[in-house]
Amino acid sequence: MAAMATVMPLLATQGLSRFFGGLKAVDHVDFSLSKGEVRALIGPNGAGKTTLVSLICGRIPASSGRVFLEGRDISRLPAHKRVRAGIAYTFQITSIFANLSVLDNVALAAQRRLSDEQSSSHRSLEQNSREALEQVGLAPYAQMRAGNLSYGHQRLVEIAMGLALKPRLLILDEPTQGLSDGEIESFIALIGKIGAATVLLIEHNMDVVMALAHRITVMDQGHILAEGTPDEIRANGDVQRAYLGSSS
Amino acid sequence: MAFGPYLLLAGLEGLVTAAVLALMALGLSLVFGVMRVVNVAHGEFYMLGAVLAWWFASLVSGHPALGFLLALIASPMVVAAIAFAADRLVLRRLNYEPEATIVATIGLLYIIQQLALTFYGPEARPVQPPFDMRLSLPWFGYSAYKLAVIAASACLILATWIMLTRTRAGLLMRATQSDRETAQAFGIPVDRVYAGVFALGAGLAALAAVLIVPIQQAHYLMGQDPLLLSFIVVIIGGLGSLRGTVVAALLIGLSDGIISMFFSPTLAKMLATLLVALVLVFRPQGLFGTAAR
Amino acid sequence: MTSTAKAVSLHLCIIVVLFALNFLLPEYHRGILSRVMVLSVFAMGYNLAFGYAGLLSLGHAMFFAAGLYGAGLTIYHLGWSAWPALAAGLGAGAILALVAGFLALRTRGVAFMIVTLMFAQAFYLATLYFTTYTRGEEGLVLPQSARNLSFPGANLDPTVPATRYMLALALLTVILFLLLFLVRSSFGRALVAVRENEERMRMLGYDVFANKLAALVVSGVICAAAGAAYAILFGYAGAGFASIQYSILPLLWVLLGGAATTLGPIVGTLFMFYAVDVTSSYTNAYMLVVGIALILLVLYFPKGIAGAVRARWLPWLP
Repeated sequence: MAAMATVMPLLATQGLSRFFGGLKAVDHVDFSLSKGEVRALIGPNGAGKTTLVSLICGRIPASSGRVFLEGRDISRLPAHKRVRAGIAYTFQITSIFANLSVLDNVALAAQRRLSDEQSSSHRSLEQNSREALEQVGLAPYAQMRAGNLSYGHQRLVEIAMGLALKPRLLILDEPTQGLSDGEIESFIALIGKIGAATVLLIEHNMDVVMALAHRITVMDQGHILAEGTPDEIRANGDVQRAYLGSSS
Repeated sequence: MAFGPYLLLAGLEGLVTAAVLALMALGLSLVFGVMRVVNVAHGEFYMLGAVLAWWFASLVSGHPALGFLLALIASPMVVAAIAFAADRLVLRRLNYEPEATIVATIGLLYIIQQLALTFYGPEARPVQPPFDMRLSLPWFGYSAYKLAVIAASACLILATWIMLTRTRAGLLMRATQSDRETAQAFGIPVDRVYAGVFALGAGLAALAAVLIVPIQQAHYLMGQDPLLLSFIVVIIGGLGSLRGTVVAALLIGLSDGIISMFFSPTLAKMLATLLVALVLVFRPQGLFGTAAR
Repeated sequence: MTSTAKAVSLHLCIIVVLFALNFLLPEYHRGILSRVMVLSVFAMGYNLAFGYAGLLSLGHAMFFAAGLYGAGLTIYHLGWSAWPALAAGLGAGAILALVAGFLALRTRGVAFMIVTLMFAQAFYLATLYFTTYTRGEEGLVLPQSARNLSFPGANLDPTVPATRYMLALALLTVILFLLLFLVRSSFGRALVAVRENEERMRMLGYDVFANKLAALVVSGVICAAAGAAYAILFGYAGAGFASIQYSILPLLWVLLGGAATTLGPIVGTLFMFYAVDVTSSYTNAYMLVVGIALILLVLYFPKGIAGAVRARWLPWLP
């Protein structure tokens, strides 16, 4: 067999599983992501998408299997160490610090990263936080109490926190849920601009998926049903059958 | 007395402790299981039950059984009413938020204890047992009343179990315990269930105290030790599990009785306290409870 | 003025006022204030764990008592002088907080409350069990000679009321400014954020367990400092200080004064002392006052005095 130059995937899972009693939420999944790609993870409700990404970022312990980040086995690392290794996760149900200001919210994320890089001067903290806010367009709201923002804007605060971590892998769990059409358009533009980061996106909104994804992974009942480019997936009969009769 | 009979005596004493403890712990367990509230004043409801029993019994002259009967019925009812009021006035307004509730029940503890001290006084006063028979065993005589306490407790626990599993009220309680939001969605008046459960829990504690007061005496500080033991029972047995509570009460009651007879009670309490803490740390669901939400 | 400057000035003013009171107050009140100052350090330690980190412990009496007995036992039985005794008290508090925290922090919420309560109860029972050393509830009266604190140039005798007051004030000042610095640092901000949304902090890369443990250990050491200071300044160590009452009182003082404020613990302790003092002249029922105060506070004034002031008028109050 001809020798191929194998580029190491940024993220890879091997036989990753999570069982809840008899329920196989994630069933021996082998999954990989290349650096710089935007991958959409789609599938009917209950397919195991959130569980899979929770296993990857360490929020839930795996029943079996392994996770690799750039070749390094991180399966035994607790969640907070995986975040510091470069995986950022934004919650499906917005989870920010309602009583703190928008700037302070993002500053917590930036502070963590800066103290790892050992450059935590007060000025650079403020600068980094404001940059992240600029990226999502929330700069004018910096001093507002985060809980007073509209739902769509709170979602953006979450994304800003993720960006402030300057992660190698950004996992977005249904980021556009609850957003208005205009906000969704801005979101698409934002992700388009991110550039070098690798993004794993759980989405139900097909317009967003088609606009952003380089490749799509379809899950159903705990395993990967299909993987491919948007066109390939659109044409895939199994995928169409999986979605028929389910609400998406 | 030889060792064997001594052990039997300790065992019987332990059973009495266990019987009363089971009732009291059951009350605590119900309140926590259904309401997710830790009632630190539970021991004071117990004490109140004993103090009121003394008062009711003192109202009736003649055969002590009459006074005792009055106490047995009236005392738990009064205590339950007080608990009901406390729930409506305070706990409900706090929305049963766990930390605020604990602080409020601590306040309740102080208030009840002080009121007892002021109106009942610092002395310990006895209540006459309803009958005065002794059972003659080959090695020693044993109070028939104590045996009656064991029997009464068993009956009451059985009655509670029947109420929980076979009546509509019990069904409402179990539904609310299982999932508060769904219960509300089904139209169950959760607030009223909570008030009822809180009253029932206090009533059970008072009942336990009325049963024990002819054996011990009524004293304004008598709620503290049983509270600790009840906590131990509820945690080891598993919060919200009736079977676990009964089994744990037997375990703790018997071992407390036996250990206290042979070793220093302070040491026994110290070890028991540490044991409970470690169980909570390493096996929070206790022996029979379901994993905590 | 920046908010930091305002905060520091306010704290300095308060210290200066307290300093002046040493010369202005009649003896009875000066004695009370000395006691209040040491106990507010206890409350401040509790405030770090409860107010800032959100850890509702019902067992902080054991940390105070660890300091109290650490200093008391070494003075009484080993003949140590005040400074080493103080160090012993601090060390005891640190070790206890580390062990207890390591175990208790595996639980949360209600379970955490119960575990801390149980640990403290076990500690209290231990002080009663080892009554040969501790003399239980009766307690140890520490010899005057051993309580002298030697400074370069002077020997300070805490049996002199004015000296005792100044030493208590010195302790208060040190801990107050330490906490002021701590709560405004990145560690302090992280603690508050963990309290607000623990899961979020975990997913931002913070080691939540380590943060909470650090908070509990610092809290424990501060409470132990108060305990050791109490033993040295007032010359007494008794089991009563390890009882549940002394786990509930700091909770009350902090709630009343304002949780998660630096000055709240002082305000709360002072207020409660005088409330009890005043009601005691009318009635013996001080427990009733405590009980009603707790319920009213938790129902209507959850922010406490300083907390309400901060919310309404002075948002820069730390």
